[in-house]
Amino acid sequence: MDFSIIVESLPEYLDGAWLTVQLVSFSLFIGLLLAVPFAIMRSSNKLFVSGPVWLFTYCFRGTPLLVQMFLFYYGLGQLELVKELSETWKFLHNAYWYALLAFTLNTAAYTTEIIRGSIVATPFGEIEAARACGMSRSLVLQRVVLPSAFRRALPAYSNEVIFMLHGSTVASLITLVDITGAARVINSRFYSPYEAFLTAAAFYMALTFLIVWGFKQLEKRWHAHLKPRETN
Amino acid sequence: MLDLQGYGPSIIDGARLTISVALISLLIAMALGLITALAKLSGRRPAIIAATVYTTIIRGVPDLVLMLLIFFGGQVLVNDLATMVGYEDYIDINPFIAGSVTIGFIFGAYMGETFRGAILAVPVGLLEAGAAYGMTRRQVLLRILIPQMMRHALPGFGNNWLVLMKTTALVSVIGLEDMVRKAGLAAGATREPFPFYFTVALIFLALTTLSILALRWAEKHYSAGVRQA
Repeated sequence: MDFSIIVESLPEYLDGAWLTVQLVSFSLFIGLLLAVPFAIMRSSNKLFVSGPVWLFTYCFRGTPLLVQMFLFYYGLGQLELVKELSETWKFLHNAYWYALLAFTLNTAAYTTEIIRGSIVATPFGEIEAARACGMSRSLVLQRVVLPSAFRRALPAYSNEVIFMLHGSTVASLITLVDITGAARVINSRFYSPYEAFLTAAAFYMALTFLIVWGFKQLEKRWHAHLKPRETN
Repeated sequence: MLDLQGYGPSIIDGARLTISVALISLLIAMALGLITALAKLSGRRPAIIAATVYTTIIRGVPDLVLMLLIFFGGQVLVNDLATMVGYEDYIDINPFIAGSVTIGFIFGAYMGETFRGAILAVPVGLLEAGAAYGMTRRQVLLRILIPQMMRHALPGFGNNWLVLMKTTALVSVIGLEDMVRKAGLAAGATREPFPFYFTVALIFLALTTLSILALRWAEKHYSAGVRQA
């Protein structure tokens, strides 16, 4: 191990880490915003409401993120419409937006299914009670179903966040320099795979542990009612 | 049936390779998973620590980084070792082996957790009964524990398999001619990437669908002895 390589290229890793964090948090945020209405639609009894969402999640969960990203990045550029649009909007040339698009839709699909699972698991008595109190459909959703569904979704969602962090490495395959991208650049510059990739691995591990820790804090707050009772 | 300007057969070849990488890594992952699960349940400290370190590292590091590390790092390591024992020629690591081993290594950790849960779900009485009949530890393992844990392991196993299959798309990065790479080559030659990547996505979707159907059948098969409402 030659630590001087790592020290020398630390700024590149930090820049890469910033891009990784950006991509992952933006896509998770927009994905979550999409997933909540999707999950509500997906748990509907009406087939024409739940069907399209089912198709969306089925396609995005059934294919690799890498292929989705290639399809957007290489495939969309082939369409005339996108070609014309990118004449006026130069930013469409940037791989960043295609990676963000693929990540967002991918995480939206997984998150939809996670939230749907916890919506469906709502005890019927709770809904019945809310209706008996005279709450409207949307009020039941807002006050009873969603708050408890979010709590129940938390452990599965923390896994999804970690998967997204790990999945974001594919961004390095469409010219973006995230942590993995930095490692690839440094590996080819010094021909030192251990230094390059072990450093990247350490960065990802640190981020993973940070996420795990963060969700533990959230669970402490949101799952306070599930804590084992303290004796005396 | 699948022509795609003459690139159809080449993508089918790629799909064949994708499937064989997936199946070989699955075998490696199952073996490693079983070892990990048994190590975690063995009650011996060194075994528990080794298994915990393994699963923690795998779950903390992305698969692509591990794959690049094993492929490029393994290359350097093998050649250094070869020089040490006096072998002069340059050794190329076979990307098929590197890819399958890496994916197997990664999913071994996930399988380990699945199997551990499944083993814990087998009633101890069954194992004790086996021992009471005079079976050796090995016989109890092969005749009682593994067949009984299958039912509990199947849902988690199925999820792992679906994720594993999608992970195989990454082997294209280390130069393996799987269907993603074949599609990339065809896209480069024709300058029309969309139909090729779309076909690959459809093939993955078909494989996923087939797997889901097969898993549903298997779950029914292994739950034959369980009464369901």
